[in-house]
Amino acid sequence: MSMTAEPIVEAVGLTVDFASAKGPIRAVSGVDLSLKPGETLALLGESGSGKSVSLRALMRLHPSSAKIGGSVRVDGRDVLAMSARELSAYRGKIVSMIFQDPGLAFDPVYRIGDQIAEAVMRHERVSRAEARKRALELFERVRIPSPERRLDNYPHEMSGGMRQRAMIALALACRPKVLLADEPTTALDATVQIQVLLLLRELQREFGLAIVFVTHDVGVAVEIADRIAVMYAGRIVESGPCADVIRNAAHPYTRGLLSSRSHGALGKDERLKAIPGSPPDLAAPPPGCAFGPRCESFAEVCGSAMPDNVVVSSSHIARCVRLAIRNSSQPGG
Amino acid sequence: MIIGAPPAPEDRDRGGPGTPLLDVRGLTKHFGGKGGLFGKAKSGVVRAVDGIDFSVAKGETLGIVGESGCGKSTTARLVMQIIRPDAGDILFDGEAVGSQALSLGDFRRQAQMVFQDSYASLNPRLTVEETVAFGPRVQGAKPAAALAKAHDLLHRVGLEPRRFAGRYPHEISGGQRQRVNIARALSLDPRLLILDEAVSALDKSVEAQVLNLLLDLKRDFGLTYMFITHDLNVVRFMSDRIMVMYLGKVAEFGPSEPIFEKPGHPYTAALLSSMPSMDPDHRTQEAPLTGDPPNPIDPPSGCRFHPRCKMVSTLCSQAEPRLSTMGEDHLAACHLADPQSGHPRLAAA
Amino acid sequence: MAAVDLSAVAIPPAERSEGYWASVLRRLRRDPVAMAALAIILLIVLAAILAPYIAPADPFRGSMARRLRAVGTPGYPLGSDELGRDMLTRLMYGGRLSLFMGVTPVILAFIAGSGVGIFAAYVGGWVNTVVMRVIDVFFAFPSVLLAIALSGALGAGILNSIVSLTVVFVPQIARIAEAVTTQTRNRDFVEAARISGAGPLTIVRVHILGNVLGPIFVYATSLISVSMILSSGLSFLGLGVKPPEPEWGLMLNTLRTAIYNQPLVAALPGVMIFITSISFNLFSDGLRGAMEVRQ
Repeated sequence: MSMTAEPIVEAVGLTVDFASAKGPIRAVSGVDLSLKPGETLALLGESGSGKSVSLRALMRLHPSSAKIGGSVRVDGRDVLAMSARELSAYRGKIVSMIFQDPGLAFDPVYRIGDQIAEAVMRHERVSRAEARKRALELFERVRIPSPERRLDNYPHEMSGGMRQRAMIALALACRPKVLLADEPTTALDATVQIQVLLLLRELQREFGLAIVFVTHDVGVAVEIADRIAVMYAGRIVESGPCADVIRNAAHPYTRGLLSSRSHGALGKDERLKAIPGSPPDLAAPPPGCAFGPRCESFAEVCGSAMPDNVVVSSSHIARCVRLAIRNSSQPGG
Repeated sequence: MIIGAPPAPEDRDRGGPGTPLLDVRGLTKHFGGKGGLFGKAKSGVVRAVDGIDFSVAKGETLGIVGESGCGKSTTARLVMQIIRPDAGDILFDGEAVGSQALSLGDFRRQAQMVFQDSYASLNPRLTVEETVAFGPRVQGAKPAAALAKAHDLLHRVGLEPRRFAGRYPHEISGGQRQRVNIARALSLDPRLLILDEAVSALDKSVEAQVLNLLLDLKRDFGLTYMFITHDLNVVRFMSDRIMVMYLGKVAEFGPSEPIFEKPGHPYTAALLSSMPSMDPDHRTQEAPLTGDPPNPIDPPSGCRFHPRCKMVSTLCSQAEPRLSTMGEDHLAACHLADPQSGHPRLAAA
Repeated sequence: MAAVDLSAVAIPPAERSEGYWASVLRRLRRDPVAMAALAIILLIVLAAILAPYIAPADPFRGSMARRLRAVGTPGYPLGSDELGRDMLTRLMYGGRLSLFMGVTPVILAFIAGSGVGIFAAYVGGWVNTVVMRVIDVFFAFPSVLLAIALSGALGAGILNSIVSLTVVFVPQIARIAEAVTTQTRNRDFVEAARISGAGPLTIVRVHILGNVLGPIFVYATSLISVSMILSSGLSFLGLGVKPPEPEWGLMLNTLRTAIYNQPLVAALPGVMIFITSISFNLFSDGLRGAMEVRQ
């Protein structure tokens, strides 16, 4: 991975609007993403933060009622301008996706090996025997035990962790450049989750994949990501290199997420530092900073306008107006 | 009429502080295995819970952890008598559940449960207050008294009755629904609360709020918890003692800190090191266990963990380890914990 | 912690949410197709009920001289039948029996079938197996044949026609009732109610009925159209209403010889059956749509 490489995924000002009974809901409001080949970005956030919606927008996996705005360029092409035919060539070949529920990826009535071979043949001019051989290689690569026999399994005949591996094999069938992962380990036991995370890290090194990994779990983000982007109420509120965001969290929401985790030894009767309240209603967002009403360092200025990105250190930014005030009072700090 | 507070614990404490609130001996449940309707033999018995012993002291929190299929949720349902055990005794405050001294109904008034799926465990056609008032109504409270109690409990779990009492489950968030479920469970003034993955489906920031709430309620109502989860961070925070289960058996049992600091069973150690590292410079380099949790149909011979264990010897596939004492009140079902077992690694050490 | 005497504390009025059925009604009102179907049904029902007051003629008095007049003949807006009776009057009166014989079996079957299905599913185990296998036996016969066979065995007449159609529909409704009840009783909230110490009757009343009656009711409304067609069919075959009573199925039969002279008049009873049953079906579809949101 070279530091000067052009980004393979670049989203600028991405917005996604849904229609609802209460009026339009802006699920994603102005997300900027940039990802180089071989890099892993974790989109960290809670339910309703817009992390999954942003991920799906990169592949234009949306109901037709949703409106996508801004620009999305992947591998030099404008995704939002693609025709239906271009889109189906793009999905699977350039960008591929894995889900929390492998049921979304596999058809229950066909053998898994056939489904993978089918995916290869859809994008490449290869014979069925060759496609089948590729499927077997992939099964070996994702370390499914006795792969030859397992190719003939139906999805329900596999255990949860194995289905997840098979889904990764399917996603990599056409050697995509970008892998989008939507909480693929959330439903797994911790003992299996760590295996899948290690496998993804390994595959990424080998294939030079760029990965966007959506998760709600800080620990998972630390295990997988080079960079972390924290999402809240449809915006990225903090992003930067993994170690910076974890050790030097600048945004009060990120700090709250980190301290609300019950990790390590806590004294008896010690309480967790929970963030009070609940996320805003996206149909009627609060004025100014969306996190304001829950923020422990809320000030009057926070309620006036959505804060801009503030540079914390070289590639570490956060959307908090109090950081801007602090920066301006300590120039160079 | 005083209904705001449960009867003081000492009034109901029949066995005295030394008697465990819950004492379970030889609890066993096997599913399937009998012939089908047309005499076709089904293959394999699922040994969901296979002869476990444990106790919960008054006022403590017992954490139960393990992978999916280890039998932790089945154990909760067996204790609540939602499913009938095949064998085993359940003593509540010294009395056998279902006996003359403690009928099933009496027991259920004193033991309640909160389920994982906050939506499935609420009737979509009832408002929040109707759900919480249902238990007291069933137990004979007047409608106004049951409603007053429901409002009091909603207030206690952090849901302002004015705003929430008339809502339906689909109108409130997952965290709020789980608070309603907690209020519902408390509406019968139980002494024992079984929390079956009660926070697992919640977002982390909401989970922290609910865990804090559970700590407050435990103190205010003098409760005893059985806390079932797959999340070791949560169990460490909540529990006084921990039971680690593997394929329907107890792998390790003991006070929380020794188990986390010096696990006695290789399985517990593997579970602990499977937790994601929080240190970006020291990520996990090797998965502590390979493969998925095995199926409880036809479990392995000897020690059930031996096919996945790094310390395995031939002894492990032949003899089932007994629970051996590691320290005060700390037991592990591993040959390595038993000096008399003859495990080759013991001689080497 | 201080004990509070709560019976003395006034309960502040809570914000009320719209109830489930109120929300179903609201969504239904926004469905133009269902509302149009409902308007047609109401119109037909009103015409039938008010027939003695608003019908232009006597449904039984005919005139051999004025047989089989065409639609639009002065004095006979919808023509006259093979005995010279006014068709508009006969169609309005015919609606009374046709609707009664179409809707009654469904109501009876809704009550009996829900009872059987909910009971079987809630008790479960071998009771459920036995009940459902017995019900499967009824499914072995096509419902038309079953209705004809039962009516034939019981003899012609309005009551027997209703009885035989009820018997045809009970198994169908029972099967749906069993399916939705089984789904509901395995949900966690039923288990939670059980561990609150509630007895089976309380659980069925509070937790099961509210969740299963809706879907069963929708299914039942979709059966009304079938029931109308079957009951008309029985009358057509001479197994239901006897002449000279006006009933759409019977009218279709007695007019069939006129199909070459006055095809439009001969088809009118059929048109009424068609419009009524399709309206019931469209309304039932709309109701299902309105109920399915946020189950």
